[in-house]
Formats: sequence, structure tokens, C-alpha cells
Amino acid sequence: MTASPKPSIGAVLTAPIVWLARAADMPLRAWQRLTGRGGMIAFFLIPNMAVFGIFVIVPLVINFFYSVTGGTALFLSDRPFVGAEHFDRLLTCTDHFNPTTCREDMFWTAVWNTSKFVVLQVSAMTVVAMITALILNSKIPGKAFWRAVFFFPVLLSPVVVGLIWKWILQRQGLLNFALYELDMTQVNWLTERSWAFAATIGVSVWAHVGFYALILLAGLQAIPGDLYEAAEMDGTKPGRVFWRITLPLLYPNLLVVIVLSLIRAVQVFDEVFVLTSGGPGTATLYLTQYIYEVGFASVLRNPGLASAAALMMGGVLVVLTLLQLGLTRWRDRK
Amino acid sequence: MKLKTGLIAALASTFLATATWAEEVRIMWYSDGNEGEVMQDLLNRFMADNPDITVVLDNVAYQTIKEQLPITLAAGDGPDIARVTDIKALADHWLDLTPYISDPEYWKTNFGAQMDWMRPDGSDAITGFMTQLTLVGGFANKTLFDQAGVALPGEGATWDDWVNASAEVQQSQGLAAAIAIDRSGHRISGPITSYGGNYIGADGMPAPVDDGVKAFVTKLVEWTNEGKNLKDVWVSAAGGTYRAAADDFINGQVAFYYSGSWQIANLSTKIGDAFDWVATGSPCGTTACSGLAGGAALVGIKYTKHPEAVGKVMDYLSSEAVVREFTERTLFLPAHAGIVAAGGLNFQTEDPNVKAALEKFVAASGQTSPAADALPAWKWASAYYTALVNRTSQAMAGELTLDEAFARMDQDIAEQVKQAAQ
Repeated sequence: MTASPKPSIGAVLTAPIVWLARAADMPLRAWQRLTGRGGMIAFFLIPNMAVFGIFVIVPLVINFFYSVTGGTALFLSDRPFVGAEHFDRLLTCTDHFNPTTCREDMFWTAVWNTSKFVVLQVSAMTVVAMITALILNSKIPGKAFWRAVFFFPVLLSPVVVGLIWKWILQRQGLLNFALYELDMTQVNWLTERSWAFAATIGVSVWAHVGFYALILLAGLQAIPGDLYEAAEMDGTKPGRVFWRITLPLLYPNLLVVIVLSLIRAVQVFDEVFVLTSGGPGTATLYLTQYIYEVGFASVLRNPGLASAAALMMGGVLVVLTLLQLGLTRWRDRK
Repeated sequence: MKLKTGLIAALASTFLATATWAEEVRIMWYSDGNEGEVMQDLLNRFMADNPDITVVLDNVAYQTIKEQLPITLAAGDGPDIARVTDIKALADHWLDLTPYISDPEYWKTNFGAQMDWMRPDGSDAITGFMTQLTLVGGFANKTLFDQAGVALPGEGATWDDWVNASAEVQQSQGLAAAIAIDRSGHRISGPITSYGGNYIGADGMPAPVDDGVKAFVTKLVEWTNEGKNLKDVWVSAAGGTYRAAADDFINGQVAFYYSGSWQIANLSTKIGDAFDWVATGSPCGTTACSGLAGGAALVGIKYTKHPEAVGKVMDYLSSEAVVREFTERTLFLPAHAGIVAAGGLNFQTEDPNVKAALEKFVAASGQTSPAADALPAWKWASAYYTALVNRTSQAMAGELTLDEAFARMDQDIAEQVKQAAQ
């Protein structure tokens, strides 16, 4: 009689999974026979769709109902129907470009601040990410180390990012201490409107550029090396190589970077809230903070008005997402 | 069979053990100074004497009490007991403790003066008690004044006197600003009433901003623009966000700090013997030298599943001996009428600044204006405070003219009233 071979550790560890798979096999085969291939697709999609439904679709529907009801109550059953009153309140303006003429002036201040932030932050982000990616793709010593350094801020919590920069930029912060030591004029970085606005852009770029640089770096590494060799043999200048080879071939990645950073910039909140709380005055009050203040932080919370503003912001995000989809499809067709 | 019997016995004993577990009472608590530690110590003694009740003290940031608790309450949930400052506006969520406390008359006798602050208008419910009475008032850095050779303004000194004297100290000592005031509508409402301001209309609803409001807010904005009032505190946030300026005073960045009596323990602990400081009471306006009374209340939450246990905990915490010890160890002003009448509080501190400060605040509590006295029990006070902070900050930042800011204050308050009426 020969002894049976001992089972490996791997076999022991995977045994429960194998057992489960075998147990599920029979009912799944029966389901497939009954519903065909479509039924199986539905079976595997249902868990994901359920999570999406519960955490995205249901809140969206509830959000809509909040936006057409009034009062301060939290339960929908206690809230009276007010129709488009909240949208009317948000949109009533003599001159939309001058928030002080609007009934809900804070909303329009936030809209214009966000618009300015999006344009400047996305531009800065794209340029800095591109430069970072080009440097990280070049022949520099300690390349892996530098990649980690640039990516590290992405791993930090936005609250940590906000606090770190607050310690640096506040009146008695590190930066002013350095300026003092260098006998230079100190600046109130967070209480001067233009400096505070610039600070939110700078901090936001610092915190996220590693992610976008990584996307561009992947694109750079996918460009065939022989194109650069051919250009070198032709004696093409580096600038021309960048504009004629690198940039056109990097276009798909660049598109992803621009659209993703655009969507993220519209949603900016956490690090800016920690850094400036929307100040000085309302110089860095962005749309998400406006929604938070109206819906949660004010004494008499107005969930209806906050929901209406959130739906309008959601509309902008849908347009941006559709733009991304459209551009991606157009690129694929080319 | 034996295994099955054993399992059933184990399950049954677990169930029985669970059934005899102590009832859990959760208290949501915030601290300005050492009161969280003192409260935990007092609760430990309560739990030792009452093993059937476990009290969990959840220490949270003040911001959580201000922003998250109201939403939890609106959803019909929350802790069993909470320490709150927005006492009147949320009064619909407080538990009427009357059936659950041992002696309602004791409560009415000793805490009756503030009971209207923490119950809906027209109600006679006993919802809780004030853990401390507070009074808004000022503190001066005496060492800085002495170093600058500037005399501290005396009794009857006006806001202008204090700001001008502090500005001399600022110039002499190279300070960031002369004065700092917490970013809070509550804080500037005492001074506003000192300039004749009144928020409450004849019908009990919010009145339009009047000349008193305009007078003090105008001064405040001017002081900020002149670099006398610390800009960081008020301008560095949007909306109604609360900002204390205590750290700037503690760090010797300003000569005069306007906050309130609850800062005494905080200042004593953090300043230590770094410099001498004194409480000043409230500077005078044109009609009064008023601060604003207020405080933090410990209230039962009506959504609790253990009202009897809550009543027992509240009975213990409101007892004269416990309130006396809490007051002496936290350096707060007591709200217990019996303790105030008996006097003889032995505040546990060796800091000579503290006793003088407490005496100053007790004396100043007799100088509050009638308009200020009406505010703690007024339902719309918080809505008014928020509009004041929000729009005054914008005027300081140069985003609105003062006239625009005043018009917006009226509009904001009207919108809040309209929304609440829906």
C-alpha cells in the first residue's frame, strides 16, 4: 500500500474557493441553460449595478426630490413641494457676471471662482505634468527615486495636504519665517485675495501632478524610439522633435489628462477648505464648498438649495464627461 | 448530542449575559479647556456607583457639535446626551427630562433662570442644565501694555479707547495687530447692543439691521482695514465658519483679545507664566458696556432609547456637589443658583490671573444690556449671527461696501425666516 501524497499549502488554501466554485457550478449551468448567454452577463453585472444603483442612482433621485422641495426638514415626507423655486433663486441675477447683483450672490461668486480656478489650474496642471513627465522620461540618475518623489503627494490625504501647506503659508508659517531670515518682506499668503487664490491653484497642482505625470509618462514610453533616432539622424532640433513627434503622439494621453483634471478641478473642495476655508472673504469659495455650506454648515441648513446647486454642478460634469467620451471616440475613429 | 447541548448552553449563557449588560449612555462632548478630563473623572465615579449604566464620553471637536450634530438630530438620531451651544434653535430635539429626574423642583430652583434658553417657546419642559454660564468679554496682555508704557484703559473705557491704547502697544511692540475678536456673530453682538443695536422686532421676529449694528460693524471694518483688528481671524474664511483668536493672544501677537469667560482655563494653561494677562470686561459703546451671556448646556436628546438612564446621569451631573466640583476644576462660571448664592467657590488654580479674571467676569455680568439679555432665549439669534459674520467678513475683504453688506444681512435673514416657515 502506497501513502497518498501530502497536499500542497496552495491546494489547502484554495480548497474553500474550489469547493465554492464547484458548489456554484451546477446552479449556474442551470441558469445559463434557462436564460442563455445574456442571462449570464446579467448575473455577473448585477452586483456591480446594485452597488452603482444604491450609491449613485438612488442618491441622485433623492437629490432631485430635495431640489424641488423646501424647508429645513431632512425627511422628504416633511418637505413641501416648491417646484423650481430653488433654481429660480440660484439663477435670478441682473447681471450674471456681477455676483453682487444676484439674489444668491454666493452661488455666482462660487461659480466664477470655480471657472477661473478650472481654467488656470488645468492649464498649470497640464504644463507641469508634461514637464515632469519629460524630465522623468529623460536619462537622469535615480529615475525611479524621482518618480516616487513626484507621485508621493498623490498618496496623501487632501486634509494632510491642506494642513501641510497651511503651516507653510500662514502668517507665521515656514515660508514667512524663511523670508524673515533672508531679510525679505513677508507676505500674507492666505489673507491677500490674489495670493490665496494662487495658493489654492499651486497646492492643488502639487498634490495631483504626480498622477497626471504618470499618465503622460506612460504615453511617452509608448512612443517608438526609432522615430527619435530618425529625427536625430536628420539633425532635427529638440524643440522641433517635441512639437512634431512627441506632442502629436502624446495627444491621446494629453486628452485624458486634460479631461480628468478638468472634472477634478470642478469638484475641488477638501484641500482648499482646509487651507483657506473659502477666504479671504469669498476669494477661494468654490462651488462644492458653497453646496457644503448651504446644505450642512449653516445654522438653518437649506438642503433644497444645496441640492439644486449640486444638480446644476452635476450637469456641468455630465457635459464634461460627454466631451471626454466624444473626443475619445473621435480619436479612435481617426 | 453532548456537543449540541453544550452549544445551546453556551448560547443561552451568552444571551443572559448580554441581557444583564449595563445600559449604555453616550454623551457627545466638546472641550474648550480641561472640562473633558474633569467630566470623564466625574463619570467614572458615577459608573462605579451605578454598574448598571455605562456612560461613554465621546469627545469631539466643537465643529462637530456645530455642523454634524444638527444633521444627525434632524434625521431622528443622535447621542443620548450632548453638550451644545446652539441651545434654542435646536430645542425641538431635546428630551423633556421631567418624568425621568428625581426632583424636578430642584432643577427649577437651581437652573430655572436659563431654562427658557433651552426649550421651545411656550414650553415648560426641563431639557437640561447649563454646564457653565459664559459672558463675552475682553482680555488684555498686561505685560505688553507695561512694556509699551501704555496704561490699561480703566472702568468706563470705550471701544475706541481700548483700540487706540492697544494700537499704541502694537506700534511699540511690533505686534501683528492691536486687537483680535473671535470670528463669531455671538461675540460681536454684545458690543453691538452697547451701541444701541437691537435684533428683535416688536413681533419677536428679526428686525432690520439698525444704526447700532451699523455703528459697531463700521468700526470693526475700519479697524481691520487700518491693521488694528487682526485680519486673519475674520477674513480667512467664507460663510459662517467659526474662528477663535485665542492662539494669537496666547502667542503675544495682539494686545487685546475679545472672546469670553470660557477662555480663562485655556489661557491659564497655555500662557502659564509667559506673561501677565487680565480680564477687562466689555468696553463701552454709546449706550452700555455690554457683553453677551451664554454658555454650554448639557441636554438630553429625545431620540434616546434609554431615557431613564439619561435621567439618572443628568440627576448626578446636575447635583450640587458635582456641579461645584466641575466648576472649581474647570474654572467656569456656575449656572447653579444655589452655588452662586452660597458662594465660597474654591477655584483650583495657582494662577493669580485666573481668580482676578473670574471676579471681573462676575462683575461684568451685571452690566449686560437688556437687548443682549434677550438674545440667548431668542430663536433667530443664530440666523442673525451667521448673517453678521458672513457679510461683515466680505466687507472687511473689500468685496462689499458697508451699505451692500447691511442690505445683504437683511436679505440673508429674511431668506432664512422664509425657509424656516416652509
